[in-house]
Amino acid sequence: MTTTTQQHTASDLFAQALRYENRADPYPYFAQLCRRPVVPEENGTWLVSGYHEISRLLRDPRVSADRRRPEEEQPIRKSLLVEDAPRHDQLRHQVTEQFVPRIMGLRDHIDGLVTGLLDAHTSQRPGQLDVVGDLAYPLPVTLICELLGVPREDEPVFGSIARRLTRGLDPVETQTEDELRELREARGELVQYLEGLIADRQAAPADDLLSGLMFGQGSDAPMDPIDLRVTLALLLIAGHETTVNLIANGTLALLRHPDLLARLRAEPDLVTPLVEEVLRYDPPVQMSGRSTLADIDLGGTTIPKGSRVRLLLAAGNRDPRRFSDPDRFLPDRPGNAHLGFGGGIHYCIGATLARTEAQVALTALARRLASPRLVAAPPPYRENAILRGPDRLLVSFDRLTPDPRSV
Amino acid sequence: MNASETPERIVVVGASLAGLRAAEALRDEGFTGELTLIGDEPHAPYDRPPLSKAVLSGWLTTDHTELPRVRDIAARWLLGTSATGLDLRARRVELADGRQVAYDRLLIATGTRARPWPQQQGGTLHGVHVLRTRDDADRLRTALAAGPGRVLVIGAGFTGGEVASVCRDLGLEVTVVHRGDAPLASALGGVVGRAATGWYRDAGVDLRLGTTVRALEGDARGRLRRALLSDGTVVEAEVALVAAGAMANTGWLAGFGLAADAHGVACDHTCRALADDGTPRADVFVAGDVARWPHPLYPGQLLRLDHWDNAVAQARTAAHNMTRPPHDHRAHRPLPAFWSNQFGVNLKCLGLPSLADQVVVTQGSLDEHRFVAAYGHRGRLIAAVAADSPRVLDGYASLIEAGAPFPPELNATDGPDRLLPLDAGFAHRPAPVPDRPTVPSIPPAPSLRSVPAGHE
Ligand SMILES: Cc1cc2nc3c(=O)[nH]c(=O)nc-3n(C[C@H](O)[C@H](O)[C@H](O)COP(=O)(O)OP(=O)(O)OC[C@H]3O[C@@H](n4cnc5c(N)ncnc54)[C@H](O)[C@@H]3O)c2cc1C
Ligand code: HEM
Repeated sequence: MTTTTQQHTASDLFAQALRYENRADPYPYFAQLCRRPVVPEENGTWLVSGYHEISRLLRDPRVSADRRRPEEEQPIRKSLLVEDAPRHDQLRHQVTEQFVPRIMGLRDHIDGLVTGLLDAHTSQRPGQLDVVGDLAYPLPVTLICELLGVPREDEPVFGSIARRLTRGLDPVETQTEDELRELREARGELVQYLEGLIADRQAAPADDLLSGLMFGQGSDAPMDPIDLRVTLALLLIAGHETTVNLIANGTLALLRHPDLLARLRAEPDLVTPLVEEVLRYDPPVQMSGRSTLADIDLGGTTIPKGSRVRLLLAAGNRDPRRFSDPDRFLPDRPGNAHLGFGGGIHYCIGATLARTEAQVALTALARRLASPRLVAAPPPYRENAILRGPDRLLVSFDRLTPDPRSV
Repeated sequence: MNASETPERIVVVGASLAGLRAAEALRDEGFTGELTLIGDEPHAPYDRPPLSKAVLSGWLTTDHTELPRVRDIAARWLLGTSATGLDLRARRVELADGRQVAYDRLLIATGTRARPWPQQQGGTLHGVHVLRTRDDADRLRTALAAGPGRVLVIGAGFTGGEVASVCRDLGLEVTVVHRGDAPLASALGGVVGRAATGWYRDAGVDLRLGTTVRALEGDARGRLRRALLSDGTVVEAEVALVAAGAMANTGWLAGFGLAADAHGVACDHTCRALADDGTPRADVFVAGDVARWPHPLYPGQLLRLDHWDNAVAQARTAAHNMTRPPHDHRAHRPLPAFWSNQFGVNLKCLGLPSLADQVVVTQGSLDEHRFVAAYGHRGRLIAAVAADSPRVLDGYASLIEAGAPFPPELNATDGPDRLLPLDAGFAHRPAPVPDRPTVPSIPPAPSLRSVPAGHE
């Protein structure tokens, strides 16, 4: 029957997109998937790859953010990412109330951090920079630790936990037994670590987000210790494992489009639409998940109640029905309402922060790197398929000049 | 030149939201010819929604309401001059100062104005306000900042509610007199209207329902002092806001051959203005609050939407069609959408609730200030209203467009265990004094000639 072959093809294409060999460029598979915007896999999970279809599901009241596999155990408490109304809305309100005022007016501070990170590599001679290790990773990590109130010296402990946990987000089929065991261990370590941190803060309140949530300084009630731990874990991981890819993917795009790099030097305002185009063209978060609470007619078919759904944000971002020339990197495209930060009630809380970090970092790279070139094309990628990005991004240059503004 | 040729001169009358966005879209569409914007207000285009919200509360001054420019439009601006006439044959707009401006394509975007209080009932008294323009807002803001003993708001529609709400925030005593049984009821029905009654009362508004103002009375110096109400009571107030709906700015078109009246200028689904014999003009287009057109979702009538979103969308469609041959024209059929902020509640609405026969709360609950209400007509979902859940509401758009069954099966995680549809509670049409959004009850197109000249 034709449907079975088509279904087989969809699962197959998705499996291809997830294979590590294709990590540097999964997009041809997404493009093929996108031809059928809503299809079931053999295992009953639905793949949604059309822009409009994803957009609708992100906002559909018949959809739950709970994306657990049936065989998975129920967590003690769901984080707001996978929680539904009304609890989601309460948690989100508590977080935004603390988060938003703390990130306002942060641009100068971010600028200072970027300058400092690059100053460490200033050179009048040809050299190399690992954009991931030297800039894209330490920047967001420093910021999220400062915001939340995580001591910077704990970062190595925490960074290792975060890396192992992030891998755990990928489809279970793609993980080895060892990785799954590591994941369980990492979860245990994280709980321990955060409980310690919460206890410290309980004893000695500070001016950070953690204290804010704990004591409920805003209009909201204080968060109970379990919600606090779950929320903190979400923010820390989001802060560690996403923005790094935005900065790295943006750097890659600039190195692959020297004309744009030149334009960015001449026209600093270009950085705003440029970062948006990175979020469309090469999104740091490639997919998300949902489940259905009722039958949903979509894209010419019906997703039955109780189905798990994968929203392939990276595919929707290149849907030719929505974006013309979807495979071209065009910062000037009008109406670039990409899906990079999701949409609807779970729209990314960190979007403003992530945008600012990427804008500042890319502007500084453009300003200070003379004749940058990619050392390995494509660069080596991390294992992760969902939070996807380069592991290292070596760039060779003729010079890395001091910040021209401070000279 | 012929209507199917590329236009060289485009004139836009009405330099506000629809006019400006159309001008920008014309340039986006590649129009490189001469572009003229004519507006009777002296100000550069500004945004009206803040006037009844942030401006009145003092958060924003009116010079900060200017509309952001999306792109450079290289236009000739004729501001502070009104258009007074139109010569369709010679393709010329006449201005009050005697000038004439020739066009190849004309866009009419003259919007609406606030319905004034009748002069013989106290409309000329000092202290009686309407709210449509920047200057209106400055005057009302000054009057409120002076700390009047009581403010009278006539009409509990969207504008009336917003102003009453700001007055309470400013610590002013407010009486709202409303003809209907509940605030917002003509737009959103009795069920949501009853919830809104609670918002008014909780905020400490003296709300008089089922009541009208007989007359406004002043002192010897012509300053407002009191209002006489239909129930025989008297309200002492030094400031009154008349929020009794809007009238289309079509006076300047009377007698020049277009199907225009106090309800608006009739046009087709591609924004082409209709001549008074009902045929579309290839060279005159209409957009924004002044336009009435047949919308496929609402057959049998001409729709006028006094909504921000509609003005922007219709301006874009009109601009596209003005620069293209007819076979390339796009239809304007948006899902109506608007918002309002009052009494700490963010209200957002999709579709046209006023056409519904039933309503059901699908998420949250009415007395929690946070809910979504879905509206049905003959078993189909046609509209939804959200209080403090704007992002949630977006999810209903595709269901409304698809005409999903009503009551909708959502199983929303914050929904009730069982959906209990109620009578939507709309007074029988014609509705009371319309405020935005307005759907005038009028005879179906194309019998345009029979459109009554003076509704109400
Ligand atoms: C106080 C207030 C609050 C609002 N709040 C909301 C809200 O919360 N949500 C929402 O969706 N909508 C709201 N609206 C409605 C929204 O502002 C309108 O839908 C929008 O302004 C329509 O734009 P327009 O360009 O079609 O018309 P207008 O903005 O009315 O512009 C028409 C322009 O044409 C000018 N003009 C008229 N006649 C002539 C002539 N003969 N010659 C030259 N110029 C002329 C007018 O002076 C005016 O400047 C609000 C409106 C008001 C007044
Ligand atoms: C480039 C960087 C980032 C990208 C691309 C990104 C992307 C996303 C996406 C796609 C979602 C929606 C998930 C879904 O709908 O299932 C999301 C949600 C979220 N993001 Fe981000 N994110 C980034 C950075 C951050 C940062 C820096 C933080 C916080 C410090 C953050 C915090 C969150 C939170 C808390 C949510 C859940 C919101 C909710 O469920 O209501 N993100 N993000």
